[in-house]
Amino acid sequence: MRWGVVIFPGSNCDRDVFHVLKDVLGEDVHFLWHKNGSVEPLGEGDWIILPGGFSYGDYLRAGAIARLSPIMKAIKRHVEKGGYVLGICNGFQILCEAGLLPGALVMNTNGRFICQPQYVRVETSNTPLTNLIADGTVLNIPIAHKEGRYYVDNETLKSMYANDQILFKYSDESGVVTDTTNPNGSVDNIAGVCDANKQVFGMMPHPERSAEQLIGNDDGLQIFKSIVQWAGK
Amino acid sequence: MNTREEVIQAAMGWNLTPEEVDRIIEILGRLPNAVELALFGVMWSEHCCYKNSLHWLKQLPKEGKHVLKGAGEENAGLVDLGDNLACAFKIESHNHPSAIAPYHGAATGVGGIHRDIFTTGARPIAALDSLHFGHPEDRRSRWIMDGVVRGIGDYGNSFGVPTIAGEVYFDDTYRVNPIVNAMSVGVVEKDKIISAVAKEAGWKAFIAGAPTGRDGIKGAAFASVDLDLEEAEENLPAVQIGDPFMEKILLEAILEANEKGLIAAMQDMGAAGLLCSTSEMAARGKKGMVIYLEKVPLRHPSMKPWEILLSESQERMLILAEPEKVDELKKVFDKWDVPLTEIGEVIEEPILQYYFKGEKVAELPSYALAAGEGAPVYRRTWREADYRFEVLKFNPAQVPIPDWDEMLEIAKELVTNPTIASKKPIIRQYDHMVQIGNKNAWEPFDAAIMRVPYSNDKFIAVTTDCNPYYVYADPYIGTQIAVAEACRNIVCSGGEPVGVTNCLNFGNPYDPRVYWQFVRAVQGMRDICRQWELPITGGNVSFYNQSEEGPIMPTPVIGIVGIVHEPEKVVSMPFKQTGDIIVQIGPMIDDIASSQYLIFHHGIRHSPAPVFDIELEKRIQNFIGMLIKKQLIKSVHDISEGGLWIALIESAIYGNKGFEIKLPENGRIDGFLFGEIQSRVVVTIDEDNLNKLMNLAREYKVPAHALGTVTEKQIRINGHDWHDVNFWKELYESALEKYFD
Repeated sequence: MRWGVVIFPGSNCDRDVFHVLKDVLGEDVHFLWHKNGSVEPLGEGDWIILPGGFSYGDYLRAGAIARLSPIMKAIKRHVEKGGYVLGICNGFQILCEAGLLPGALVMNTNGRFICQPQYVRVETSNTPLTNLIADGTVLNIPIAHKEGRYYVDNETLKSMYANDQILFKYSDESGVVTDTTNPNGSVDNIAGVCDANKQVFGMMPHPERSAEQLIGNDDGLQIFKSIVQWAGK
Repeated sequence: MNTREEVIQAAMGWNLTPEEVDRIIEILGRLPNAVELALFGVMWSEHCCYKNSLHWLKQLPKEGKHVLKGAGEENAGLVDLGDNLACAFKIESHNHPSAIAPYHGAATGVGGIHRDIFTTGARPIAALDSLHFGHPEDRRSRWIMDGVVRGIGDYGNSFGVPTIAGEVYFDDTYRVNPIVNAMSVGVVEKDKIISAVAKEAGWKAFIAGAPTGRDGIKGAAFASVDLDLEEAEENLPAVQIGDPFMEKILLEAILEANEKGLIAAMQDMGAAGLLCSTSEMAARGKKGMVIYLEKVPLRHPSMKPWEILLSESQERMLILAEPEKVDELKKVFDKWDVPLTEIGEVIEEPILQYYFKGEKVAELPSYALAAGEGAPVYRRTWREADYRFEVLKFNPAQVPIPDWDEMLEIAKELVTNPTIASKKPIIRQYDHMVQIGNKNAWEPFDAAIMRVPYSNDKFIAVTTDCNPYYVYADPYIGTQIAVAEACRNIVCSGGEPVGVTNCLNFGNPYDPRVYWQFVRAVQGMRDICRQWELPITGGNVSFYNQSEEGPIMPTPVIGIVGIVHEPEKVVSMPFKQTGDIIVQIGPMIDDIASSQYLIFHHGIRHSPAPVFDIELEKRIQNFIGMLIKKQLIKSVHDISEGGLWIALIESAIYGNKGFEIKLPENGRIDGFLFGEIQSRVVVTIDEDNLNKLMNLAREYKVPAHALGTVTEKQIRINGHDWHDVNFWKELYESALEKYFD
C-alpha cells in the first residue's frame, strides 16, 4: 500500500505526518501537491492524508477555499474509485467543507485556540483506523485548533450512530464522557467521524503528535498501525 | 532646502540634532535633499543604528567554541549543533506597537523575528516570548495581555512554529508600556547558511513577498521616542499588519530556492524596510546598489519614493541572485505563488542610488547609514539612580517575621500571584506541539526541550529569563542573575548553554539614571559571559520604554540556547515517587531581598538583589549537570520566584504528590521558605542514594541539605499541616484562568 500526504501552501503538519509514516513506521509515503489534478503515484485503494495547518490561510473559514483546489477534485475521484482519505484537524475541516463528511467544524465555544494533550475514547473498533484498538480504549491524542467544535443536525447524527460512524469522543483519563471533558463544545463530545462507506475519515486530534515515546507519548501511533494492519488484510 | 539652517529646521521632524545634520553634510559633501534627510532620520534613529548603546554592546564577548557567525556579522547569530547542523536564534522587542495595538503589534513581532531567522536559510523550529504586563486586575493591562496572547497565537499557530517557552511577569510599571519580546530559533545545514552580504557587483536585487503599503512608515522612529498615549492614535499607521499565510509561503519558497542554491544573499525587511535592507547589505559587502523604486509592487499607487523606501510592510525579503540563476529562482517563487520582482542590482562603487521614474531621488555612500560606521555613536552621561539610597537602606530586621498562620496565607498569595501561577491559560492558546518535538508538552522541564526535526538524538534546550526586580535593585548583579538563571534552567534540563541572545528593554537613554541602569546591566552581562565563556551572538536594544507614568523597570531579557547531549537522560521537574528524599542543592540562607514575598506581601519595593555568588553558581551548575549525567536524581527544579516554597509546590502539583519537610529554626523561616537566594535547585533521589549524593556535594564544594520526603498527597512543613496537593493545584491553575473568560 502507498500513502499520500497533501501539501497545501499553508499546511504545517504535512512534514510531521510524513515523518511518522516514513521514519517511525517505515511506510511508502509520497507528498501530493495541491495544484495537482491527480493523486499519482497513488493507486486505487491507497490512503491519502489531509494534514493539519491553515490550507490557504483560512482567513475566510477553515477549509472553505481548499475544497475548490485541484487536488480535492482528484481526491473526490479517488474516493469514488474506492480509495481512502483521512483528514486530521484542518484536513477534517476541509473534508466537511467539501461535503465528503457530514457536519461542520465551527468556532470553539471559548472563542480561543486550544492546544493540549487530550484524552479521547474510541467509540468503535470496527473501522480501518481503530481495528487494533478495543472499544472504549482511552488514547491521549493532542488537539490544536480554534475551529474544532463539531456540529451536525440531529437527524444526521442519528443515522451516524446507526451506521457506526462516530470514531472518537473527548473524555477524561478513565473514559468518562461529560460536558467537562468537552474542550470545544462539540456535539456529543465528538472528536472524529467517518462517512457511511467507511472510506473517508476525519478527526480533530492529531495522532502524529503522540506517535513517539522519545518525545513523550505514542498513543496516536495505534491509529496509523491499525490502518497498516487493516490494509494488509 | 537651500541652507544648513533650513536643513536643521527640517531635521527636527526626524529627531536629528544640528550636530547630526553637520555630520550628514560632511558625509555627502553637500546639503541633503528632503528624501535623503528622511533616510538619515530613520536610519540614524536609536532603533536602527543603536547610537546610544553600540559603544557598550561592542564590549560583549562574541567568541565561543560553538559560534559560527557572531553578533553583527549576519541577521542572526549562528551556533554549531554538530552533524553539519547550525542553529540560528535571536530575540527582539515589539513593545511600542503592542502598547497601542496589542494584537497586531505582537503578531508582527513574532513574524519579524521569524524572518530574521529564516533569512539565514534556517527553518524556525521554536518560538519563545518574554512578556511583561501590568497587573491583570487593571482593565487596560488585561486588554493588552489578551491582544498580545491572541496575536502571538494567531501568527505562530498559522505559521506552523511551536511557541514552546517564555515568561510572563505582571507589575504595574508595565501598565502603559508592556514588554513584548519574541525569540525565534531555527536550524539550517551548515553549508546552506544564507549570507546577508552583497559580495558581487552584477547580482540582481529582488523584492519578494507582500506588496509594499503605507503601514509601518516611521515605525522605527516611533520606537525611538517615549510612548505618549495622547499621540498613540496618530501613531497607529506606524503599526504593521501581519499575514502569517504570506510569511508561510515566503518561507517555503525561500527554503526550496536555497536548497537549489539559487539565493546569493538575502535580508529581511524589518525596521526601515527596503532602505535598511539595501543599505545594510551593501555596507557589509563594501559594494553599492542601484534600486528603481517604481518597480516595487505597491498597495497604494500614490506612494512617494521616500514612503516606498521606509515602509515597514510585513512579509517582505530582499533577495540577491546571480543573473544566470534568475529564471530558476522565478520558477520556485511561481510554484509557491509568492510575488518576486526585480528592482535593481549590486554595483561595484560603494554608493546607494535610488531612482524613481527616471529621476535620481537619493544618492549616498553605502557606509553612511550603517550602525557604527556613518551613523553616530554616543556615550551619554549617567548617574546612579536616586532610588538606590532606598535600596541600600533596606534593613531586613525591620520586616516582621510572620507566624505560621500568616505563613500559610503568604503561601496562598504566592501560588496565586499571577507572575507565579500556572501559565496554562496562555500556553494552551499557542500551538506548542507542531513539528512534534517539544518534550515539555508532555512533561515540564525548567527549560523547553525540543527535538531538532526529525532527528532521533539531536535535542536543544531553550529559555528566556529576566527578573526585573533584581535588575532594578542592582542592574549589574540583576543582569548577571538573569544570565545565571537562564543557564541554570538549561543545565537543569540536561543542556550545555552554547549561545546567548538578549533584548535590552530600558527607559529613555537621555535620562542619566536610566542610562546608568543600561550601562551597568550591559557590564554585568559582559562580565559573567566573559567569565563563563558564553558567546553573545546577537540581540536588540529597546529604549524609550516609558510613559507619563515613568520608565519601566530595567528589563534585560536573556535568551539562551543549549545542546542536550544525552536526551535519553534528561530529568523532569515533577516529583516521581512517595518516599523519595528531597534535597536542596545550594546555600541555606534566610535572605528575603527583592523577593516576590517582600514586594507583594510587605509592599517593600526597595531592597538589594538577592544573594548571588557567581563562583558558587558555576559549581552548582556543574554539579547538577553531573547528577543528570550519572542518572542519580529523579526530579530537578530550579528555585526562582516565590523561593523554595514555589519550587516544591510546583514539583508536587505536576507530580500529583505531596511533601513533608523540615527547615532550620535558627533564622528567618520566611527567608528559608519564600526568599529568592540564588544558586539553588531542588532535586529528589532514592533514599539509597542520599549518602552518595552528599559525598559528591562535598567533592564539588556545593552545599546540600536533605529537607524531607515526597508524600502521597499531604503537605507538611516543620510539623504544620498545609492542606493536600489538590488544594494547591486548584489555586495554582485557576489564578490566571479567570482573566481569559
